[in-house]
Amino acid sequence: MSTVSTVPAAAPALATDGRIRSRWAPWITASRYAALVGLVVVFLVPLYVLVITAFKDPTQVSPKQMWALPDSVSLETFRTVWPTMKDGFRNSIVMAVPAAVIASFLGAANGFVLSKWRFPGADVVFPLILFGMFIPYQAILIPLNQLMRDLDMHDLTGLTLVHVVYGLPITTLIFRSYFGGLSDELIDAAQVDGAGMLRTFFFVALPVALPAFAVAIIWEFTSAWNDFIFGLVLTSRQDWPVTIALNNIAGSQVVPFHQAVAAALLASVPTLVVYVLMGRFFMRGLMAGALKG
Amino acid sequence: MHRLRRWAPGLLLVSPSLILLGIFVYGFLGWNLRVSLSDWRGLRPDYAYAGTGNYRKLPDDTRFTDDVQNVLVFTVVFVVGTLVVGFLLATLIERRVRFEGFFRGVFLFPMAISFIATAIVWRWLLSNAQGNQETGLNKLFGQLHLGFLANSWFKSKTMWAPAAIALPAGWALSGYVMALFLAGLRGVPDDLREAARVDGANEPRVFWHVVRPMLLPVLMSAVVILAHISLKTFDLMFAMDVESRKIETPALYMWFTTFDGLNFSRGAAIATLLVLGISVVTVPYITYSVRSERKR
Repeated sequence: MSTVSTVPAAAPALATDGRIRSRWAPWITASRYAALVGLVVVFLVPLYVLVITAFKDPTQVSPKQMWALPDSVSLETFRTVWPTMKDGFRNSIVMAVPAAVIASFLGAANGFVLSKWRFPGADVVFPLILFGMFIPYQAILIPLNQLMRDLDMHDLTGLTLVHVVYGLPITTLIFRSYFGGLSDELIDAAQVDGAGMLRTFFFVALPVALPAFAVAIIWEFTSAWNDFIFGLVLTSRQDWPVTIALNNIAGSQVVPFHQAVAAALLASVPTLVVYVLMGRFFMRGLMAGALKG
Repeated sequence: MHRLRRWAPGLLLVSPSLILLGIFVYGFLGWNLRVSLSDWRGLRPDYAYAGTGNYRKLPDDTRFTDDVQNVLVFTVVFVVGTLVVGFLLATLIERRVRFEGFFRGVFLFPMAISFIATAIVWRWLLSNAQGNQETGLNKLFGQLHLGFLANSWFKSKTMWAPAAIALPAGWALSGYVMALFLAGLRGVPDDLREAARVDGANEPRVFWHVVRPMLLPVLMSAVVILAHISLKTFDLMFAMDVESRKIETPALYMWFTTFDGLNFSRGAAIATLLVLGISVVTVPYITYSVRSERKR
């Protein structure tokens, strides 16, 4: 129902949308767009600063010129920053991609069982899984640190495992909602054909769950890529993920503003690319994370 | 036996996750509780029971009480501000505006960026440098002849310093709240609004009597999600200004006292209080959601 559509002259006044249009309607529409454009400008301010500063010639950067567009585009700052970032980049990819894939597979299994093959007690198990999504990680850091030390897993493997585990609640939730929306007939048909639970899961449910995989993998990749605190506890220099590398660059007092900003932009490229290409799925992941009221 | 055979494959499929979560969530919470009741200081673990001293000392620890005040200021400003902006965005977009995808994308993209990168940009936008070094928003305000808006932001010496952190946090998450409200608003059946209009209700009354009650669950989701994020946020403050006590919250104090000060038992006590604080918000929410779903 659009407020800009006009009622055909011959039709009765209430025909298409039942609303008696005030003569202020065009003004309301105009001010709605004005407000939206204004907010877009405000939201883009940090991105504007990020991009213009990172691409400026380093000699042109100064507090005074912060808001001024660069005279020319320069990749100099990126060249300076990249060597200090590339190890972190590699580590984050090596950690976040498998974490996202594994957490999604386990989440798919949980979601399927909890929605289509509910065992006695499933109603208690599900909220217990969900609670894991809302714990403050501070509350598990000390035991985590100890256990991983005992297991000699203060490395990328340990970090990957941790992201898999704490990703399980959200991936389970995503798949449970997705499979819950599938008709039971599909599952019943498979059973009539004599397929057991595992066969039904692998050959009937998984193949139709691709959209849910997209949502779960994107969501989990983004959280693992953007995580900071687990990396801080579980990794030392050679295993630092990109967020730690970034914070080390930017946290140091001697690193100039434009280098910190260029590093921040570099570290955000993968999640931003994923977001631009697959924003639709990202949005669905968000909605799943909110449960259903 | 027959029952077991029926449920066994399902249980098999979920058991790896249940075991992992059992250890990493519930086992660890218990383990942390035990540490909080010990007197573990230094690198060597010490689990000997030492009573509730760590908890009883916290109210007299001014660093802790200051941190609690900071996180409350941050939470109130962040939750209210983000709800208002998110709701405004949703109502602006709701009536099928043109380029909706573009608008939604712009308001949502900050969520894809890490809090560390967000903090780096905002640290400069919210710079309090003056004179020749003036930069960021203060500089922009000066150039726009709005100098009176200049502010010392998170470097403020008042109790409102943590409120400045709500700006980057709100920037990151108001698109999320928008998405929640948008789904809520569009979930209101058109017939219902129509019926109210036919009965002679004007738009504000349609909103108040028809739309508002249906948005309550969404509002509750948004409040719970925002409040629990604000209590546990760590990296944003850490990267904005790691040395500032003015924007320190219990989540950061736990970190410093544990991993810098090696006072593991005090860190664990603070962490337990964080769990309790967050559970007050999330447990009723999870229970309510699961229960209302079962009713359907």
